[in-house]
Amino acid sequence: MSMVKIAEDLARKPTPPKSDVVFDVQDVGVSYDGALAIRDVTMEIYGKQITAIIGPSGCGKSTFIRCFNRMNDLIPGAKVHGKILYHGEDLYDPDVDSVEVRKRIGMVFQKPNPFPKSIYDNVAFGPRVLGWKENVDERVERALRQAALWDEVKDRLKKNALGLSGGQQQRLCIARALATEPEVILMDEPASALDPIATTRIEDLMHDLKREYTILIVTHNMQQAARVADRTAFFSVDLGPEGQRTGILVEYDDTTKIFTQPSDKRTEDYVTGRFG
Amino acid sequence: MSTHAESLTALGLRSHRRRYGEAVVKVLLGICALISVLTTVGIVAALFIPAFEFFQDVSILDFLTGTEWAPLFEPAFFGVVPLVVGTLSVTFWAVLVAIPLGLGGAIYLSEYASSRMRRLLKPLLELLAGIPTIVFGYFALTFFTPLLRDIGIEVDVFNALSAGLVMGVMIIPTVASLSEDAMAAVPRDLRDGAFALGSSRMQVATRIVVPAATSGIVAAFVLGISRAVGETMIALVAGGLQPNLTFDPRQAIETMAAFIAATGNGDVPTGSLEYKTIFAVGATLFVMTFALNVVAIRLVQRFREEYE
Amino acid sequence: MKRRRRDVKGAVFQALLLLSLVVAFVTLATLLVDVVRKGAGHLTKRLITDVPSIDPTIAGARPAILATIYLGVLLLLFTVPIGVGTAIYLEEYADRKRWYNRLLELNIQNLAAVPSIVYGILGLAFLVRGLGLGRVLVAGALILTLLVLPTVIIAAREAIRAVPDSIRQAAYALGATQWQVISRQVLPASIPGIATGAILALSRGLGETAPLIMIGAVTYVAFDPSLMSLFTALPIQIYQWVRLPQAEFRELAAAAIIVLLGIVFTLNAAAIWLRNRYQRTW
Repeated sequence: MSMVKIAEDLARKPTPPKSDVVFDVQDVGVSYDGALAIRDVTMEIYGKQITAIIGPSGCGKSTFIRCFNRMNDLIPGAKVHGKILYHGEDLYDPDVDSVEVRKRIGMVFQKPNPFPKSIYDNVAFGPRVLGWKENVDERVERALRQAALWDEVKDRLKKNALGLSGGQQQRLCIARALATEPEVILMDEPASALDPIATTRIEDLMHDLKREYTILIVTHNMQQAARVADRTAFFSVDLGPEGQRTGILVEYDDTTKIFTQPSDKRTEDYVTGRFG
Repeated sequence: MSTHAESLTALGLRSHRRRYGEAVVKVLLGICALISVLTTVGIVAALFIPAFEFFQDVSILDFLTGTEWAPLFEPAFFGVVPLVVGTLSVTFWAVLVAIPLGLGGAIYLSEYASSRMRRLLKPLLELLAGIPTIVFGYFALTFFTPLLRDIGIEVDVFNALSAGLVMGVMIIPTVASLSEDAMAAVPRDLRDGAFALGSSRMQVATRIVVPAATSGIVAAFVLGISRAVGETMIALVAGGLQPNLTFDPRQAIETMAAFIAATGNGDVPTGSLEYKTIFAVGATLFVMTFALNVVAIRLVQRFREEYE
Repeated sequence: MKRRRRDVKGAVFQALLLLSLVVAFVTLATLLVDVVRKGAGHLTKRLITDVPSIDPTIAGARPAILATIYLGVLLLLFTVPIGVGTAIYLEEYADRKRWYNRLLELNIQNLAAVPSIVYGILGLAFLVRGLGLGRVLVAGALILTLLVLPTVIIAAREAIRAVPDSIRQAAYALGATQWQVISRQVLPASIPGIATGAILALSRGLGETAPLIMIGAVTYVAFDPSLMSLFTALPIQIYQWVRLPQAEFRELAAAAIIVLLGIVFTLNAAAIWLRNRYQRTW
């Protein structure tokens, strides 16, 4: 892990402007069949910024990001405690419909997972399930342009998406998420399965997207967090008395601060490569 | 409370309409699943209610221990032992063929065959498995029984031996494919470990793979036995309809399934004692195969827990 | 020396294993050759166009062949929706922790191994006599449906399970409801596997004899069957001819077997082709 490289990235980064709170996370914990995977997470996530979540493997990063669009609902035995306020409304209120939540809060996964259908059908899936029957062509084109994929695929929209390269597939998945016009995009290690060039393209894309979208990204790659994120949250593993591993939020601050003057020793050890 | 609800509506996080469609679909799918349950309930009711009535007229002890079966004669005898013996006799010969050949084929396919060989052999096994049982019955009666006579085995026109041996060939694919599945589930590194110690292919197959897959292989055997016990057409066409109490495979016998088919197709009046014998024998057959199936399902479960 | 001896033993062992399969395939080949040799002479147009008769020289199997085709169509119409519906319920909705769902699974595994004659008893007791449907073609189709349903369910479950979870997650994350995820992503992706299983089940159902005997299909039918008429299917026609002592009827049976095997093998070949053509590795 090159600290010099990270410092260069940070030098170019302006201090993030204060903006609206999109998510207010209050004492959130997740348990699987009673065993706590993460606990006591409290943080605010701001609009039109990129917020990165970093930390060693097993610290519950992915579990945490899946709380925001209620994907944990799909795992039998998983239970989310605490509150996540989205524009002031608790996502876990019994009146809230998880399907409506996911329409507004999109997600991109670790491994590109296009549907085994045409490129067009992949992007059109979201609008179709939402019942947007008009202007589907325009929506598809707009989403593909936003994901910087249009020029590469415009002549083969009817071809199977599985024929694309890994990097193209992941940008297709981003386009697919954008087509439902969400406000927030969750990205769970979106570049971890990609080569460096494809990774760079995804990162450039994130920079463009943050003008319109709020982005939350989980990454195990600290340089990536330093390059793209305005704010960074560092998670770690807390070992319980009987060896149970629970993820906790150690420190959350402007990315520059996290990487240059962390206030917690554990953060410092991690970002300087002494741990994890 | 109303302001809370309103703000949810403003954000649109609350569903605009209740998703009745989703609930309806779930109920419809549940009904589909229920049909399987009703089938079992129906089978149990169809067999055991008339069987229970039957046992009001015929003592269950006489039924289970009686050595003479002559339900349609006067005086009638309702001893099921000859039918059970006939069934077991045919099953014995079938199993004698199906278990060694099925297991041998499975070991070959799993441990020896190249992928090209497998692509050739497996569809052939499926072809064999796809042949209707009436065709095997025809083959046993019109080809195999005369063949046995030609090579000097003095069998009757209908006999347990021919029916059993042909049934055995029919069951080979069942035993082979289930055993092969079990062996395929044995982890690669177990084999690699043994090969690394200088074991030969045969040693790996017989001392590592087969023992490791034992419960799955035994399950395949048990299911094979269950199929033989319940198989109707070969026994009906080639085994005969004479309830002789004999283990001599050269003689005609009558299996439980053959009796049911032979009696069930006649115009036996509903409610008569003869009609009810169908269900008493059917219940006996069902209990035997059910016990075998439960054992097989248990073994498969245990095997899955070990390796999956 | 020692090494060489062991190789011989290994070679003999391998040869014996291969012999197991050879015995099976030689029997298969003998059976096919025997049937063709005996039946080819009677494989005439009359077999397909004429009705059965006590005179073997003019007897045909037209009503039986037609009934088998009707049974096949009904079988697909009944088993595919019910079988796929059950499979979706078990794979996508059922909570494995619930005792009734585990019982349902055990129940289906057991039903798959219940002897076909027992299904025949069920048909006799409930459909023919209980419901008073009579010895009609629909009753036969219904009982064959119950018989092959476990096969279809098991095949459909495997096909549905083979669809990777990442596909479901992606669809959910786009705001799809559970049924939208299943109907627009999971089912389309599992169609080849389901179709393969359905065709194999159809092939098995059309070759079944014993349950139809119990339904009362062993009867003289000299007219084209309809859904609510008496009927006799192709395997039953074969059974009836095999039972007769005259050699001509046995040859006629062989000819009918050729027709039946033609249907069954065509279906099996279609299933194998479908599986190889659309086998997807994710």
